Amino acid sequence: MRYLDEFNDPALARRVLDEIHRITTRPWAVMEVCGGQTHSIIRHGIDQLLPDGIELLHGPGCPVCVTPLATIDRALAIAALPGVIFCSFGDMLRVPGSTHDLFSVKSRGGDVRIVYSPLDAVRLAAQHPDREVVFFAVGFETTAPANALAVDQARRQGLTNFSLIVSHVLVPPAMEAILSSPRCRVQGFLAAGHVCAVMGLDDYHPLAARHQVPVVVTGFEPLDLLDGIRRVVAQLEQGNAEVENAYQRVVTPHGNPAARALLDAVFEPCTRDWRGIGPIPLSGWRLRSEYHSFDAETRFDVGHINAVESPLCHSGEVLQGLITPPECPAFGRECTPRTPLGATMVSDEGACAAYHAHRRITVGNA
Amino acid sequence: MPDPADWSCPTPIGTRGEVVMGHGGGGRLTAELVAEVFQPALANDTLDRMADAAVVMAGGARLAMTTDAFVVRPLFFPGGDIGTLAVHGTINDLACAGATPLYLTAAFVIEEGMSMRDLARIAASMGAAARAAGVTVVAGDTKVVDRGRGDGVYITTAGVGLVRPDANVGPERAQVGDAVIVSGPIGQHGVAVMSVREGIEFGTPVVSDTAAVHQLVAALFDAGIDTHVLRDPTRGGVAGTLNEIADASGIGIVVDEPSVPVPDAVRSACALLGLDPYQVANEGRVIAFVSGADADRAVQVLRSTTGGAGATIIGRVVGDHAGMVVGRTAIGGTRIIDMPLGELLPRIC
Repeated sequence: MRYLDEFNDPALARRVLDEIHRITTRPWAVMEVCGGQTHSIIRHGIDQLLPDGIELLHGPGCPVCVTPLATIDRALAIAALPGVIFCSFGDMLRVPGSTHDLFSVKSRGGDVRIVYSPLDAVRLAAQHPDREVVFFAVGFETTAPANALAVDQARRQGLTNFSLIVSHVLVPPAMEAILSSPRCRVQGFLAAGHVCAVMGLDDYHPLAARHQVPVVVTGFEPLDLLDGIRRVVAQLEQGNAEVENAYQRVVTPHGNPAARALLDAVFEPCTRDWRGIGPIPLSGWRLRSEYHSFDAETRFDVGHINAVESPLCHSGEVLQGLITPPECPAFGRECTPRTPLGATMVSDEGACAAYHAHRRITVGNA
Repeated sequence: MPDPADWSCPTPIGTRGEVVMGHGGGGRLTAELVAEVFQPALANDTLDRMADAAVVMAGGARLAMTTDAFVVRPLFFPGGDIGTLAVHGTINDLACAGATPLYLTAAFVIEEGMSMRDLARIAASMGAAARAAGVTVVAGDTKVVDRGRGDGVYITTAGVGLVRPDANVGPERAQVGDAVIVSGPIGQHGVAVMSVREGIEFGTPVVSDTAAVHQLVAALFDAGIDTHVLRDPTRGGVAGTLNEIADASGIGIVVDEPSVPVPDAVRSACALLGLDPYQVANEGRVIAFVSGADADRAVQVLRSTTGGAGATIIGRVVGDHAGMVVGRTAIGGTRIIDMPLGELLPRIC
């Protein structure tokens, strides 16, 4: 099975959609946590096919979007230092800092490289002992194991010219913060399958019980998402609030024990600022003290960073599901993928970019 | 929300003081570069049509003329090299103007230290590609630059062809009811190059589609197909090309997504890298807008040609949503298929 067509089958999708329509008796607001889910929902037009009352709220799970501006500004400053090879995943390059982005650093002579894995950055460090190789380690629980592995390998290889800017964030504390807000509208969650593939479901049971919200773990193909929505709606209609795993081909109850052990060895929980949202207690990971020599932010002194957010950007409210992208006054006007004010307009997974790319108009009977 | 009186004009990060790589991506940034820098300085009626090849009158003949630069890295990739690409790319620009390609020129900017053997191999494959396509390389130039100031070799070509008397194509001729046809599977060239460049291997190796399409185009005209628009979906891919046509003609385009031929290997690679196959470059495909009445026949004609076996109808021109390309997804939803912005950026996860 290659999973290319099986979870994109129109006839099956129709059946699940019919079932959702059949069981829905009143309006429900469901949040998909992850930007990958948002992208897929908009990309396949799933939201348009649901009953009118089912509202999908787009969650904060886009790593590019929630990385604090100050961290991006610091990364830009480090990337511009002579002697540094700055490695990043592709979609961080266009994220605007206060005044510019990594593409601009590159065009002014900075050595900025797109890599597909942090292990590529470790390899670069081994190949260029005379250069400092810095990897921009952003992401949720999904990308963290590879970053932990990179640190572990760099240490085993005795590399002293490799470091990371760590800006890891965690899903359950963000869900907790959203549910604790007095303005919270979320009644059920579609939890992110790849995050749970690493971490398992353990953290979600207390969350579901405490806030009485159903949590269904989904994959990213259309049928994964439709089946997840069906299960959340079924629980809501029946007054249940349980954790369900609708992505059993990938997710096991306790996640990946090897990855979790490595994460625990390399990282420790810390409070993190979320761009547009603010600080959330114990919502991130930082390097443990034994690995401090791999921390780029202590290795390079780039002075005081004065990050200035655009006052027009409402990405924080978008990330909490309080408004949809088109409800932001700057959407499609001052803020476009060409001239992004916030990171949500940059990454393919950002809700604003997804809306701008695929949903600028309400398409009629095209 | 802050008091509107306190609002400041947001920093226009988009308006850059320097060129970034995205300006070369064939998307919105490229269009802006041309519109803001080159068009004002060089404007004339022919250039302003912004076609891949210009059609000019000379001595009573309708000539198509084009120029193209090739900076591909790596120089050799599965299915071809920079030399085959240079010949095919130039021929295809002429073919999409409705011309029979005749003569090419080529200038080589060579980096000091370039392997003589590799250079000879590239020259040989250019010769072979030109002979196979029935065109002649009639002039050339060579320059050498310091080591570190080039990626081995850059090639710039020019091409001249004779526009067929029965050809009248251009984006402005797209009409409501036209069928949109692509001549074969998409996304292969971009994925092939990326897989070698980034050292990523897939279960099935993806081979570039690089090929000359002039015989496919000739077959359409020979069969009397009412052909309105011809384009080769190179940089920016099918998404970029369809958006340019929709934009230039003020029509809407609906793409039936399940009909778009995306090979499994391309689909897997793009899913893995977070890329959209519609935005990935092709080098041996042509997109044809033909009158709805001729659509099925056009597909048959293309399928009978070498390189056209995978021809298929992927969409149609509609009167709604002018200037916009809309996809109908497999499960029945709709979405906008947007113009790529600049460089394709692999996603984090």
